[in-house]
Parts: sequence; structure tokens; C-alpha cells
Amino acid sequence: MSGETTIRVDYLARVEGEGALHVRYDQNGVREVRLEIFEPPRFFEALLRGRNALEAPDITARICGICPVAYQMSAVHAVEAALEVQVPEEIRRLRRLLYCGEWIESHVLHVAMLHAPDFFELPSAVELARLQPAVVRDALALKKAGNAIVALLGGREIHPINVRVGGFWRLPRAGELAELARSLPAARERAEALVHFAASLEPPPFPRPKPYLFVALRHEEEYPMCGGVLSTSDGRSFDPGQFEDHFLEHQVPHSNALHCLLEGREPYLVGPLARFHLNFAKLAPTARALAEAVGARPPRPNPFGSILVRALEVLHAVETAQEILADYRQPAVAAVPLAAKAGRGAAITEAPRGILYHRYDLDEKGRILEAKIVPPTSQNQRTIEEDLRFLLDGLLGEDSDLVRRRCEQAIRNHDPCISCATHFLRLDLERVEEVP
Amino acid sequence: MAQRKPRLAVFKFTSCDGCQLSLLDCEDELLAVAERVEIAHFLEASSRVLPGPYDIGLVEGSISTPAQVEEIRRVREACRLLVTIGACATAGGIQALRNAADVAEYQRLIYPAPEQIRALERSTPVADHVAVDFELRGCPIDKGQLMELLSALLNRRCPRLARHAVCVECKARGAVCLAVAGGGPCMGPVTQAGCGALCPAHGRPCYGCFGPKENANVDALVHWWRHVQGVERAQIAAQLQNFNAAAAAFEDAARRLEGEK
Ligand code: SF4
Repeated sequence: MSGETTIRVDYLARVEGEGALHVRYDQNGVREVRLEIFEPPRFFEALLRGRNALEAPDITARICGICPVAYQMSAVHAVEAALEVQVPEEIRRLRRLLYCGEWIESHVLHVAMLHAPDFFELPSAVELARLQPAVVRDALALKKAGNAIVALLGGREIHPINVRVGGFWRLPRAGELAELARSLPAARERAEALVHFAASLEPPPFPRPKPYLFVALRHEEEYPMCGGVLSTSDGRSFDPGQFEDHFLEHQVPHSNALHCLLEGREPYLVGPLARFHLNFAKLAPTARALAEAVGARPPRPNPFGSILVRALEVLHAVETAQEILADYRQPAVAAVPLAAKAGRGAAITEAPRGILYHRYDLDEKGRILEAKIVPPTSQNQRTIEEDLRFLLDGLLGEDSDLVRRRCEQAIRNHDPCISCATHFLRLDLERVEEVP
Repeated sequence: MAQRKPRLAVFKFTSCDGCQLSLLDCEDELLAVAERVEIAHFLEASSRVLPGPYDIGLVEGSISTPAQVEEIRRVREACRLLVTIGACATAGGIQALRNAADVAEYQRLIYPAPEQIRALERSTPVADHVAVDFELRGCPIDKGQLMELLSALLNRRCPRLARHAVCVECKARGAVCLAVAGGGPCMGPVTQAGCGALCPAHGRPCYGCFGPKENANVDALVHWWRHVQGVERAQIAAQLQNFNAAAAAFEDAARRLEGEK
């Protein structure tokens, strides 16, 4: 005979958006793992239909307040591809600078405020600030430095207003850029300190019996942000325009987010671990040297160690921002002229949480006939479920509080942005128990 | 009896998380705020959840599912002061664009098995469902306004929140007036201040993310755009129908514009 014990936690906290985890297990093993995403649908792809394609960056930014720049970057690149326009290299560099700001701001938020408290068994960064005041204060200052980059290039930190298809509305002034450049050495020191802090955290052991299939962009010269070829850790590569031929979305009954699988069957992982694995050699010099020094070379299969990879990407982003500012040349125009035409355009950029795909079909007046958006979290959903399954196998018989905490932490390892995937986390642990 | 700290709660409905993130983006003030209040319910930032009642409840997001209609009533009951933050909560948000469309059709477009998705026909502001004590406009809200609101409430005074048009902020910062300089259909004259005239200062026409100001004469502005500036109807409609599309002043003007065809 078996009876059921249900352990419920109503919401999974410290993730962006709302979702639930449903786990059923008994003494013989895990029966079922479902990451449920209840975030109410907002129908972005539908409401984009009929809108002018030039509105896509501002409308899609509202999918996610944590990574609006990523949405704007994928949108401008996709619409520019459809309109067959090329922006000058100087504009591309300013876009990367803006993106660096978002990587810093978003990663530091996750590392210090959402993820680090797990390693101290604390509920939030407020309590962590009492235990490790310097760490939290430095992290806030670093996050602020990232936000300052986004605010300078974008006009404001959340849902920037200065990005447009073809370039920017207004170019930053030389004096503003010089002031930004002066603020970055301090940010770099703080980023290095953050790496040391992350390296000091002991990740719980997690022998994953099946290696991750990583997917990230790869660029000839850069650690990827905008541009590059889509690559997998088992050696496949695709042009971003072929994304929909290989990466297929499925609807599952328990989630408002669509699951995405490679070739319709293989779960894969996008995000910092994937980028790091596929692009380690392209990290900025200090970030790479420090990674070597703290023993963080790929492969790094333990997802609980992703906090260190994120910290290294923060350092990389600060360094890259400094490089861009050091050889800045002002673009000749703030935005290139555009002409409406019918066509299709697709683009992938590396959001802080991994690849973000946009595709637009336009009519001859430049209106959107069809839009398709695949955010990182829906791509990672199946792999997160696999992580939980493997993790629970090693935790059977443990105290249910520990099981719950570990599960939540394992989800946070991948910084799921449920707002992106659509959104809402509720944790619902169900233990099917032998009745004595 | 020892004074207990006021309890702050943050709730999320249908939204992008950007408005609540604004609180975490107050890097300089965050720890000071955490000293003054007890953060009792803020899922994005803390896994510690204290039961209500709460002194101040910040509500982000619109009401767009049957469950949320129930949930917002419970939230209202639990909060002494309820403040809606951002265009989703104050006007239904960008997702209210579906109010004029066929939701079943939207679901079919996105989800292969649309019957599994629960969504109301309309995305509505919180104030359509429960009483609201204060509102902060914007998509997203402005951090300065958020801090002003919190410090006012903590010091038991009325928050000073501008009710005038973006135009006033434009003049205050010395930005060139786009409406006069022919810089495109600027929503500034009918939009509530709070952003600091951000878009005009970047040479971009305001797109109204702070929603309509009090007594906005939107029809007059639409008339000016159409007949004096020669702006295309589609471009005007796009300005009225974005992040505050379901705010009455913008919605009505859009409907009249449609009717004029
Ligand atoms: S009002 Fe705008 S920024 Fe705020 S939650 Fe809604 S979409 Fe996000």
C-alpha cells in the first residue's frame, strides 16, 4: 500500500516571474518532475501582428523587465535583417556596450541578490547584507555601474527608450562617455572581488549522469553577444536563420510556456554555462586569467557552480565595456535611414540567460505579418526538469526541507526568467510514502 | 509597546517584473529602505514570506485571468494601503491590446492546444476590481517617484507626485519642443509627467508610457497631428494604442479616430 504526502510551497521565490515545481517521489525514486509555469500569457506574438516593425523593439522589451535590452537587441537585428540594412561598425559597438550594461546589471542581481543567499541558507540579500556587508554593498555598486551604462546608452535602465531599428535616437556625448569610462576601473575591481566571492562558495556535489548539451552563439572574434553562428557542444552548427528548422517548440499540459527541443527531441542548455563552455578562449584577458587562477576552466558540469561563471561574465562585460570605450569612434549618424519593404528577418543574440530568437515577416509597408520569439527560459525548461530528476535521485530519504531547498536552488542555478517564458513559480513537492 | 516596523509587501499579477525590479534598482537606497520597513512579502527578492496584514502593498501587473480576479481581492483585504505600480496595474498594460481583439484567436496563434490556457478576454487595471489608494504611473515606474512615495508613506505625509503634462518637464529641462519643431507626433501634451521628459530629451516623440494626464484633450492633439502636421492615421493609432491602450482617454480617442475613417 502506498499513501501520499504532499509538501507544498506556494511560490518559488527569488526567480523572475511566477511558476511552480511539482515533484512526485517515493522511496524507490522520482516518479515525476514538472516545472510549471503559470505566468499568465500576454500574447506578444499575436499582438505584434499588424504593428509597424519599427515598434518591435519597444513592444517586445515589455516581455521582460530584467532583460529588456536583450529583447531590443534581438528585435533590431531581426528587423534590420528583414529590411536588408546594415548598421555601421560604430553603432554595433555602442550596442555591445549597452548589452554589457545589461549583462552586468542582470548577472549581479542574480549572483548577489537571488542566488548567493542559497549558499548561506538565508532568505534574501537583506539578511546576507548583515552577514557579509561588504559583499552586498560592493555588488549593489557594481549593479549600479551596469545600470549606469544602460541608462547612458538607453535613456533609462528598464525599457530603454533610445534604441531604434537602424541605430539610436541620440548618440551619447563625448563627455558622458568619458565620465562613464572613469567610473569603470572601480567597477572592474568590484567585479574581480565578486569572482573571488563566488569562487569561495562551495557548490553542493551534483554528479550529473548525462552531460549537458550546450547551445550558444560563437563569434570569430568575440565572446558572443550580438552576432555569430549557433553552435552545440557536440559539434553541430547552424546559421541563426535556420533556428526554426532545428529547434522545435512543444506545448506541455502543465505550463504556459512552450518547451523547445533540438531536432524536436533533445533537451539542451543555453546561458552562461553554455557560452562559457563554447567560448572560453574568447573571454576578455583579465576574466580569462582570473578564471584560470580560481580553477574555473570548462568543462564545468556542476550547475551549482554557475554562480562563478556568471561572476566571470560580469568581469568580462566590464572589461569589454572598457575596451569599447577606449577605442570609441563616434558614428557618422545616430541611425541609418530605413525604407519599408516586404521580407523575413531572423536574429539571435545572447541575453544574460542565453540565446533569444526573434523572427519577423513583414509586408511591403513594413508591417508585421507574423512574429516568432523564443526566449532562453523556455529552451532551458526541459533541462531544468532533468536536473531536478537527477538531483532528487541523490536526495531520496533526506529531510523534506532540505529536498525543497535544494530543488529551489537547482532551479535558480539557471536563473530562469519566467516573465520571459511567459510566467508564475509555485513549489509543490509531493512525496508518495509507504504507509507503515 | 515597542514600535514595530511597517510591513511592506510586493505582489505581482500579469506583468514583466520591470516595475518591482525598479525597487531593487534603487541601489543606493535599498538597504536603507530595508532598515525602515519589514519586507514581508517580495517573492522576487526574498524567500521569506510573512503572513498579512501588510501596511503597504505594492501591486504590479494587470488582472488577466479568472484566478487573479479572486487573488486581487485577497491582496486588497491584506493591505492597509494599496498602491498600484506601473502601466499594467494602472491601465491594463500592453497586454490590454487584446481587449479589442479575439483572445481565442490569439491563443490559437501561439499555443497548439489553446484549451489549456486560461486567460480572460480583457486585461484590466487593478482599480477595476478593488479600491486603490495611490498609483504610480509609467512603463516602467520612475525610481525617484517610488522613493518619494515610500518615504512619504513612511513619514505619514501625502506623496508629491506631479499631475501635469510631460511638456512641463520638457520646459524644465530645456529640451526642444518636438510638437513645435516638427519632430513627429509627441504625446507629451496629453501624458502625465514623471519620467523627466526622457524621450523628447533624446529627440524622440513621447510615446505616452506614463498614461493620460488629468483632463487631457486628446482629440485636439489628434486633430493637430492629422490636419496641421499631416501625420498618418496608422502612426497616430500606434501612439494611442501601446502601453496604456486601455486608459480611458487614450482608448476613447483611438475609437473616435477609427470611427472617422
Ligand atoms: S508597466 Fe511596463 S515595466 Fe511595469 S510591469 Fe508592466 S510592462 Fe513591465
